[in-house]
Amino acid sequence: MKTVAGAMVLLLHLALMLAAAPVVVGLIRQIKARMVGRMGPPLLQPWRDLARLLRKQPVVADGTSWLFRAAPATNLAATVAAASLVPSFALGMSTAGISDLLVIAGLLALARAAMALAAMDTGTAFGGIGASREMTFSVFAEPVFFLIVFTLALLAGTTNLDAVATLVASGTLGLRISMALALVAALAVAIAECGRIPVDNPAAHLELTMVHEAMALEYSGRHLALVEMAACLRLLVWMALIAVVFVPFGIALRDADGASLAPWFWLLGIAAWLIKLGAMSIGLAAFEATRAKLRVFRVPELLGMALLLGLLAAIFLFVSQGFAQGPP
Amino acid sequence: MNGFILPILTVAVGVLLALGPVLAWTGSEGSGTAIGSKIGGWGTLVCCGIGACATLLHLATGAVPVFLAVPLGLASQSTILVLDSVSDLFLLVVLLTGAAAAAASLDDHGHPPATAPAFPVFVAGMVLTLVAGDAFAAVAGFELMSLASFILVLTNHRDVGVRAAGLLYFGMASISAICLIAAFALLAVEGASFAAIRAHPPEAWRAVAVLVLVLVGTGSKAGLAPLHIWLPPAHSAAPGHVSALMSGAMTKVAIYLLVRILFDLCGPAQPIWWFLPLLAMGVASALLGALRANLETDIKAVLACSTIENIGLVTIGLAVAMAARAADLSALAGLALGAALLHVLVHGLFKSLLFLGAGAVQHGAGSRQLTRLGGVIQRMPITGCGMLLGAFCLAGLPPSAGFASEWALFQAVFGAVRIGGLGLQILICVLAAILALVTALAASAAIRLVGVALLGRPRTPRAAAAEEAGPPTRWAILFLGTLVVLTGLFPGLALHLAEPALHLLANTTMADRAGAFGIVPTAELPGYAPLAVALLLGVAAIVIAVVLRARAVMGHRTGPAWDCGFGAPPAWLPFGDPLTQYGGGSFAQPLRRILGGVLLGARAQVDMPEPGDTRPAVFTEQAQDPVEAYLFAPIGRLRGHLSALTDRMHFLTVRQTLTVIVTVLIAFLGIVALVEQL
Repeated sequence: MKTVAGAMVLLLHLALMLAAAPVVVGLIRQIKARMVGRMGPPLLQPWRDLARLLRKQPVVADGTSWLFRAAPATNLAATVAAASLVPSFALGMSTAGISDLLVIAGLLALARAAMALAAMDTGTAFGGIGASREMTFSVFAEPVFFLIVFTLALLAGTTNLDAVATLVASGTLGLRISMALALVAALAVAIAECGRIPVDNPAAHLELTMVHEAMALEYSGRHLALVEMAACLRLLVWMALIAVVFVPFGIALRDADGASLAPWFWLLGIAAWLIKLGAMSIGLAAFEATRAKLRVFRVPELLGMALLLGLLAAIFLFVSQGFAQGPP
Repeated sequence: MNGFILPILTVAVGVLLALGPVLAWTGSEGSGTAIGSKIGGWGTLVCCGIGACATLLHLATGAVPVFLAVPLGLASQSTILVLDSVSDLFLLVVLLTGAAAAAASLDDHGHPPATAPAFPVFVAGMVLTLVAGDAFAAVAGFELMSLASFILVLTNHRDVGVRAAGLLYFGMASISAICLIAAFALLAVEGASFAAIRAHPPEAWRAVAVLVLVLVGTGSKAGLAPLHIWLPPAHSAAPGHVSALMSGAMTKVAIYLLVRILFDLCGPAQPIWWFLPLLAMGVASALLGALRANLETDIKAVLACSTIENIGLVTIGLAVAMAARAADLSALAGLALGAALLHVLVHGLFKSLLFLGAGAVQHGAGSRQLTRLGGVIQRMPITGCGMLLGAFCLAGLPPSAGFASEWALFQAVFGAVRIGGLGLQILICVLAAILALVTALAASAAIRLVGVALLGRPRTPRAAAAEEAGPPTRWAILFLGTLVVLTGLFPGLALHLAEPALHLLANTTMADRAGAFGIVPTAELPGYAPLAVALLLGVAAIVIAVVLRARAVMGHRTGPAWDCGFGAPPAWLPFGDPLTQYGGGSFAQPLRRILGGVLLGARAQVDMPEPGDTRPAVFTEQAQDPVEAYLFAPIGRLRGHLSALTDRMHFLTVRQTLTVIVTVLIAFLGIVALVEQL
């Protein structure tokens, strides 16, 4: 019964994530357009774009290897694998036992590496500039994320996301300065990893300022559809990650013997999750509409601040609870 | 059954040692026969293969220590050989990579080099160090290894750069020898056998002196900062299969001696601060190596820098294990030591794979410079895919083997906050951030290496006409690649191999936490399950393929790269202008500007001519390792001053010479008298 429920939650979760990913991007575009006084495209426009791209035959750049053609599917597969590890509306998915935060970071890094290699494979300057900048940003974003994981691991005693979420959702932690600091740091990392303003502009038209779009420059047809889908999903994975770690209210917990709760709790969880996504989309859109993109060499400063917050989060924790010494 | 294993290994060492003179006799410079080199390669391959099987058998049967006294040795003493679990584990790395390197050496690259006889001796030296049961055998094996590898580095000795690299390597090897011999002299007060040393572990000042000497002695061989500067030039200078063995196996032998002396021979009762110098050296190596790997322009230098980084990671794991052992945190010590030993195995395998690939690229595409390669994976598919696999391990991407050991290392560092007070906790916190920075830097370096050298458009006609490596190298790459994939999917089983070693070194175990399906940091908590992650990725890829087949227009057309409207290249440049793509220098530019300026003093200068001036604009960039600038350059200057000073002695008058001699004699007699008084 437990395994069946876990598998059902996982399938429902994946269906929800995949369906919602382009819609969330559409929603953010819509809100941003409204904020700057335009009508904006309809919510489902990203889905329509994907369907249109699937109907077109891709043109592959001369002189590229098999890696260029394999990279979009690798990128999406790794992102989907990461998405299946981050709970959305209910804990206790089938993947709970392997949903390690470091593995999630690793899978997202795998997706990034596939794209960077494919961009280098085109042998163009734009592909190279995108790959180089993407890897540089990751060099500064990774330490921040690992410090956040470190803080969470100190609290929960494990880096398993399901265990961390269970702890936070149970409410025994209370309000903690460390969690607040870690949240701000996590937002900065998420913005950098998803290529949003002020780190990268997803709607960039000037080639020299692009990072993610520069890597996807040579893609067309179904390849581009996979890349776009992976980018949408990556944003949603980060939103879900922040939601489940920092604002887990409403999420369907497990009952005493570790099984998932009944379906009506799932409905509640889905409703709460959608509300959280909506709030985060509004926040992100408002932030993006009022900010300009940073110069490439200012991005490390932003992530450096986040690193400081991450360090403070861990140190506050040490100081506040005189962290348990000696054998556990 | 167990009784036969050590004699088999001893005979293998003997055969390898005998192969050297035999090969030297069959061929001399220029007239070296292909037959001789074939005998050497096959002999080494067979010895390594049999040795690896014997070692595996010993590990599988519980790794009970076995002893053997060989009636050969200094001062009519017999040499004691011991095979225990720690030796087994490192032997496995040396013999597996040795077999692959020996196979690759069979590739026909014209007439064999005059240095080929040193190759079996090199392997024999490493095996002898690992099975040594007394100080004499350990030092003899270690020096045999150093000397043979020095000869092998000089294979292309007609090149000035190679000679300079060889000299640097020889200098560092001498430092290492002096320190190790001194360390063993301090240890062996009651006898030179390891059992005698173990019975009388060093105390007080002797222990501290041993710590310093061992850190310098093994660190300069393993490539620990600040003694790492020889690795990039020496690894670049050596032929591919030699640098594969130097990086994959020889650095591990140095780590073995470090572990053997500090964890085993020095006894368990050492003060807790011992881990601090180890940790400092590890962090410095990891950071410097990872950053330099992003800036080097020679593919083998990139790999050598990444070796420095990985040795740093191993050392960090050892430092955490040492601190945990001193603080009586047995479970944590097991995790940290297990992570370090797993990384030794994983790095040994994938780095040899990468170096063999780099050697094949150098031969097939005619260059090691990133600026002269590109698009090689299309002409060298097996070599290219092998290097891609190695680069994924280097970047620490799941579900590769590199991720498994780095994951365990991170868990150990996260757990290390329980060791001490607030100061140590903050240190661990900073360590976690640095470790994450290092892994991300390594990922960037791996992407740069593969992206520039193997992907993209060829930068030279020679790279466009690259030839795939010969069958022996291809088989070696396939062999190592299979091992790397298996280790990545079953890291728990690899940790089981290290299980007896964990018992011996830290009296701890990982048996309750490492299984066929994964590793967990603490018993009864979830952990990392590579097989499940691989399955998840596979299912996702299959579903994507099915959906695309059902919904999308399949097939593709080819056309010139769009490149924001640059259009097709003209007919006289079939690959377009290769210099318009990103190269190694441009890929590294952001990191060089942001981190390189602080840590490596990297500077870039543009010499732009005045308008109307026809001379070309020149862009120069330079970076220097701080160790070279602030440690070795002053030592070099000091040496110059001293030699200038002593040089003056040559030009003294007879009277002055007599004065000096008499003064020195009187001073010497005075010292003798003083010592007599005491």
